Amino acid sequence: MGAQLRVYKRRIRSVTATKKITKAMEMIAASRVVKAQRKVAASTPYATELTRAVTAVSTGANDKHPLTTEVENPTRAAVLLLTSDRGLAGAFNSNAIKSAEQLTEKLQAEGKQVDSYIVGRRGIAHYNFRERKIAGEWTGFTDEPSYADAKAVAGPLIEAIEKETAEGGVDELHIVYTEFVSMMTQNAVEARLLPLSLEEVAEEAGTKDEIRPLYDFEPSGQDVLDALLPRYVESRIYNALLQSAASKHAATRRAMKSATDNAGELINNLSRLANAARQAEITQEISEIVGGASALADATAGSDK
Amino acid sequence: MAAELHVELVAADRQVWSGEATLVVARTTSGDIGVMPGHQPLLGVLESGPVTIRTTSEEIGTIVAAVHGGFISFADNKLSLLAEIVEMADEIDVQRAERALERAKSEADAAAERRADVRLRAVAAR
Repeated sequence: MGAQLRVYKRRIRSVTATKKITKAMEMIAASRVVKAQRKVAASTPYATELTRAVTAVSTGANDKHPLTTEVENPTRAAVLLLTSDRGLAGAFNSNAIKSAEQLTEKLQAEGKQVDSYIVGRRGIAHYNFRERKIAGEWTGFTDEPSYADAKAVAGPLIEAIEKETAEGGVDELHIVYTEFVSMMTQNAVEARLLPLSLEEVAEEAGTKDEIRPLYDFEPSGQDVLDALLPRYVESRIYNALLQSAASKHAATRRAMKSATDNAGELINNLSRLANAARQAEITQEISEIVGGASALADATAGSDK
Repeated sequence: MAAELHVELVAADRQVWSGEATLVVARTTSGDIGVMPGHQPLLGVLESGPVTIRTTSEEIGTIVAAVHGGFISFADNKLSLLAEIVEMADEIDVQRAERALERAKSEADAAAERRADVRLRAVAAR
């Protein structure tokens, strides 16, 4: 076999192996998207009921709470960035990081100091490489976040917001995550989580113009609010984690699909080149044989005379 | 007035149970509270403890669930029980809960001990 042909054959074998891997990854990601979507749907009843409860308290009790009070001169803000632990997901992580950086710049332009809290190894690596300070980091659960993970993330953030700014607390909490719109579309979005605007919550619950019943609070409005708001923040973070996981899997699926398609195309091109090389080899062999035979014939014809 | 109320028992990651009931008993931070149809609008903080739901269905009868933290809210004859963790009494593995209780006691883990204790109480109340 000619050297050229052997090189093409080897490359085809290697690309075929890669194609098998990306195809498998695509299928795994596709099944995980469905699972993640189901988890988002399963967490919706809790979020809806919780939102309704928060609206109920906010109308019933006019209590001040650190999580709902706007600070007059906010000087420090926290940005929670949700990325994934693993890559191979196209622009998923870089979009989220870019969006977080834009937000950070905007906040700094407003004269606020920004504390970065990051979920996912990719984001942490990005910040560490640039030697930026990270206030808090979490890894290991971005593929399948559980409620306990959301609680672990929310804990220090709530603590930071309840602390006085002078003692290292923050005045605002922003969250940057990737919203799952559909299998094809995922957007990096930013939202201000805290201080909580109760009007927005009411709007979200779709109960803005509804007349709400006068609740009896057990033990008291203040206590209920104290217990309710951290749970609400946790549930919002949980939802963001789930959406981010679903988006990551969808992005992986898409990236792996195009990788598989590209590998297929590459194999096609390479087999064409290999065929041409083989054909060239055969043609050369034939012309060698023909040339050799006629040379031989000429030689015998000459000796006969 | 209808003699039943609609109950939604919801955990953070799933909807556990929903249906009609005649009486719901839950433990709030200020004591046990029983909610019957037509109760005044209520919003309370729940303690870890068993929740008893007397359903209208003959087949199901009474449901008991172990609830770890959460809220109870009642308005317009609709009752929602929200908790981070909800376990139905018939889902609880008694032996496992007992083992967990012993382990928690030996390790002096108050939170785990309370969780295991609530589970066992929920099973006992069934």
